[in-house]
Amino acid sequence: MAKPSPELKKKPISQSYWSLVWWRFKKNKLAIVGGILLIVMYFSFVAVPEFISPYDLERRSEYTEARPQTIRFVDQNGKFHLRPFVYGLERKVDPVARRRSYVENPDRVYEIYFFTKGDPYKLFGLIPADIHLFGTKSDDPAASVFIMGTDSLGRDYFSRIMYGGRLSLMIGLIGQFLTLLLGSVLGAISGYYGGRVDIIIQRVTEFLAAFPDIPLFMALAAAIPAYWSPILVYFMLTVILAFVRWGGLARQVRGLILSLREREFVLAAKSFGADDSRLMFRHLLPGTMSHVIVIATLSIPGMILAETALSWLGLGLRAPLTSWGVLLQESMTVYAIRFAPWLLWTIPFLLIVILAYNMLGDGLRDALDPYGAR
Amino acid sequence: MTANELLVQIQNLRVEFDVRAGIVKAVDGVTFDIYRGQTLGVIGESGCGKSITARAILQMVPKPGKITAGQVLYHRRAKGSTQTDVINISKLDPDGQLIREIRGGEIGMIFQEPMSSLTPVYNAGSHINEAVSLHRLMPLRKVGDQMAETIRAHRKVTKEESRQIAIEMLRRVGIPKPEQRVDSYPHQLSGGQRQRVMIAIALSCQPVMLIADEPTTALDVSIEAQILDIMREMQRNENMAIMFITHNLGVIAEMAKEIVVMYMGKQVERASTVDIFYDPKHPYTRALLQSIPKVGRKTGTRLASIEGMVPDPFNLPTGCVFHPRCPSFMPGKCDKIAPTWKQLVGDHWVSCLLYEEV
Amino acid sequence: MLNYILRRLVYAAIMIVLVSFVSFVIIKLPPGDFLTQKVEQLRARGDRSAEARIEDYRIRYGLDRPFIEQYVGWVTKFVQGDFGESFEYERPVKDLLGERLTMTVILALATLIFTWAIAIPLGVYSAVKQYSIGDQIISVFSFIGLGMPGFLLALLILYFAITVLNQEATGLFSQQYVDAPWSIGRVLDLLNHLWIPAIVSAVTGTGGLIRIMRGNLLETLGQPFIEAARARGLANRTVIWKHAVRMAINPLIVILGSEAIPSIITGNALVSIVLNLPTIGPLFVESLRKLDMYMAGTCIVFFTLLLLIGNLLADLVLAWVDPRIRLE
Repeated sequence: MAKPSPELKKKPISQSYWSLVWWRFKKNKLAIVGGILLIVMYFSFVAVPEFISPYDLERRSEYTEARPQTIRFVDQNGKFHLRPFVYGLERKVDPVARRRSYVENPDRVYEIYFFTKGDPYKLFGLIPADIHLFGTKSDDPAASVFIMGTDSLGRDYFSRIMYGGRLSLMIGLIGQFLTLLLGSVLGAISGYYGGRVDIIIQRVTEFLAAFPDIPLFMALAAAIPAYWSPILVYFMLTVILAFVRWGGLARQVRGLILSLREREFVLAAKSFGADDSRLMFRHLLPGTMSHVIVIATLSIPGMILAETALSWLGLGLRAPLTSWGVLLQESMTVYAIRFAPWLLWTIPFLLIVILAYNMLGDGLRDALDPYGAR
Repeated sequence: MTANELLVQIQNLRVEFDVRAGIVKAVDGVTFDIYRGQTLGVIGESGCGKSITARAILQMVPKPGKITAGQVLYHRRAKGSTQTDVINISKLDPDGQLIREIRGGEIGMIFQEPMSSLTPVYNAGSHINEAVSLHRLMPLRKVGDQMAETIRAHRKVTKEESRQIAIEMLRRVGIPKPEQRVDSYPHQLSGGQRQRVMIAIALSCQPVMLIADEPTTALDVSIEAQILDIMREMQRNENMAIMFITHNLGVIAEMAKEIVVMYMGKQVERASTVDIFYDPKHPYTRALLQSIPKVGRKTGTRLASIEGMVPDPFNLPTGCVFHPRCPSFMPGKCDKIAPTWKQLVGDHWVSCLLYEEV
Repeated sequence: MLNYILRRLVYAAIMIVLVSFVSFVIIKLPPGDFLTQKVEQLRARGDRSAEARIEDYRIRYGLDRPFIEQYVGWVTKFVQGDFGESFEYERPVKDLLGERLTMTVILALATLIFTWAIAIPLGVYSAVKQYSIGDQIISVFSFIGLGMPGFLLALLILYFAITVLNQEATGLFSQQYVDAPWSIGRVLDLLNHLWIPAIVSAVTGTGGLIRIMRGNLLETLGQPFIEAARARGLANRTVIWKHAVRMAINPLIVILGSEAIPSIITGNALVSIVLNLPTIGPLFVESLRKLDMYMAGTCIVFFTLLLLIGNLLADLVLAWVDPRIRLE
């Protein structure tokens, strides 16, 4: 008889797969940062952009293409104020270049307040509200706080970026979800049943792979009639994104299913008389889940970028819809870059989202890989 | 040739792996000598540190392992001379000129074919690598080229000469049609043939010692006997020392003159093969011996197995590391006091409190 | 072997016919065609004779005939080397592409060599010195490159060039050198413009390659045959380059075939648009936008052709360097 000594710590021998994954994931600081960033961004851009942005999406001011107002704590006399403020804008016309521009007038001081009243909106599309994260309380109609400048119609660019994020971020999620659905179902069917169904699905994915990716996007997007309603255009674009991209995922799922199908546990389940759907949904698809989740996370940025690129080229979303791609359209020209560079503010937001997804996806890959040797 | 000429001395060797979860003492205080022309067997369960000890002799402990104490002394002798230099291998630069001359040139090594390491895989790339891990040869290059490469690294010969040597070596390890086989790729050879090629490569530079790390574990029993025969024959012809690592007691009885038994990084017993088999002292050695099935044993009696589980390497038991599984466990002693390495009679050494006065 | 190549070529031919047909259908999908867009433009300009002239165009381009007839007509001529006429430029597609082909190929090849020359050594270094400071820096760099879309980076660099360097570095040449004969001044001017695309490709093109190279090499370095090679006394350099890298580089051949070769023709269209580079890419994007049917169709067919050829070449090369792979 072995007599275990009392000092020997009893460690749980087997942990469940997912708690092991979570334990490994937690150790990856970059992935955690990515995940938190995404939660914060999705919450602020998708759920409550109306609250965070100081102005309504379409609210036009008299200041067109105004440069961003600097948020200050120290006034022109060198005095420090605890409450941040901005200087008012004043129009100036350059007599040589015949260009209108705006300069800050240190005599007009607008203090910035948090949780202040502003343009009315409906929170979550339901609850009427008019409290914004920040804004001015001044009664002066010329009072403004444009922390990222304005566009050519005088709309606050920061607010537009906040609202634009909603469409851009959602298209990534929805598009990826559709891709996932199409890809894993068709891939699973193809791998599980084989035979003629498999051949047909295989040929279609091969065809999609042979077709150049971006041109296919563009050609399909160009085919969306211009007179369709914005919502329909948005929906169609999502479908197109998913349609072009499901092939790769389907191939991978097929490969996984093929290898899983021969494993002992599936054979065992079969010998117990499990039927097709049970085998598929209880035994095979869950086996591919971790792999699929990683691919999905890592492909969402591609979806977001595809929308951005298409809209930027004028083939995707169009005004009055506002997405980051639509916003970028304005900043495409050398003229814009020279004279209104604040219209490039969209790019850092996009990059942060992309980077966050990559960090999260990489962490997930390491955590989900059961042999995580790397 | 006089008997018992020292070749390699391992003294109080300790190898630690600093991994994120803690420090693992893979080898802890191992001491033994290897003599010219003789075979030393090292036996123990997987993970007991026997392979790491072997790699320490070639100064190629895998990362993140480090030799933290002790040394490996190699008594080097130029071919044909009787003058010996003592080289402290554990002090050498792992990619330096000298150790590379010794590796392969003076001490050859052959490995287990890790059939067991076939991991379930995710993609095509891994499928290829799965095939790769079946053999220890570079899968993309002809075996002849790889032999020639090794030969040229150690002898000053031309390409053509090294090819001739390669063919000759293949013939000597019993590969049919060596002139053709020299141009084969590893995947075109069978498991047994691959191991013969590995032996041929290891012996092609006439080493003074061969380290065989479970060379036959992955082979069929019939092939195993042939490989062992080849090794024994080569040893006779070349007066070569062999360090034979295995977990198979049957094989080691055939090969070795002296045996070291290891458990959890520590050596627990060392004696001549005869003493180990007929007069084992350490309870672990006894347990190992009892787990061999014997012909003629009464049917119905169960094979003895060692109780309990291999302990967690991060959390080694206090006192004697074997005490939680030991049938002769003495409460209050074995779990408190670490046994010392003691000489019993002649060359029989053991590390167990049963033989100490405490 | 020859049989295999033949079979693949036949397969490629079928694919191309399919792709060209489908792209024709897609271009036809939106209501109206190039001419309806044109009519609206002319009308907006107050051109009274628009209708009549458009009818002429319609007949000239065969747009009045049924779809299948249009397609078959185009394909027949395509095989004979006549790719049709661009509606937008009212010139043969062949000439338009020809003008830009040299520059496109030069740029693409330069990009290719540049990125690979950077990526492979960095990937190898990163794997061999895993977890070193150098590896961490390279990893961060490749992560950024992996996520960074080229056209956004191009916009940012352009912003930097314009505001900080006060240099409007779009296109390949400054105004005075565009049509000038080659001279030292022109070469310097070209280099002065080339640094932006060079940086864009260095950042965005290498990230993925570095990661793949690093991953493959790490996996290979863990393989038993590497340890065995070391135990035979081979030098570390030999083990890494002749054994590990030789093995780990194979998957990159597939990437070379399926991504690098097809990119020769369109290059990175979006980056080219931002930087106003005279490559085929922007021409192609424009043709899709304007429903310039024959131009778009020709580009897609060539792109697909290169993709299929690239894949075939990759497979052949792979079979050549890896004896375990059998073509059947």
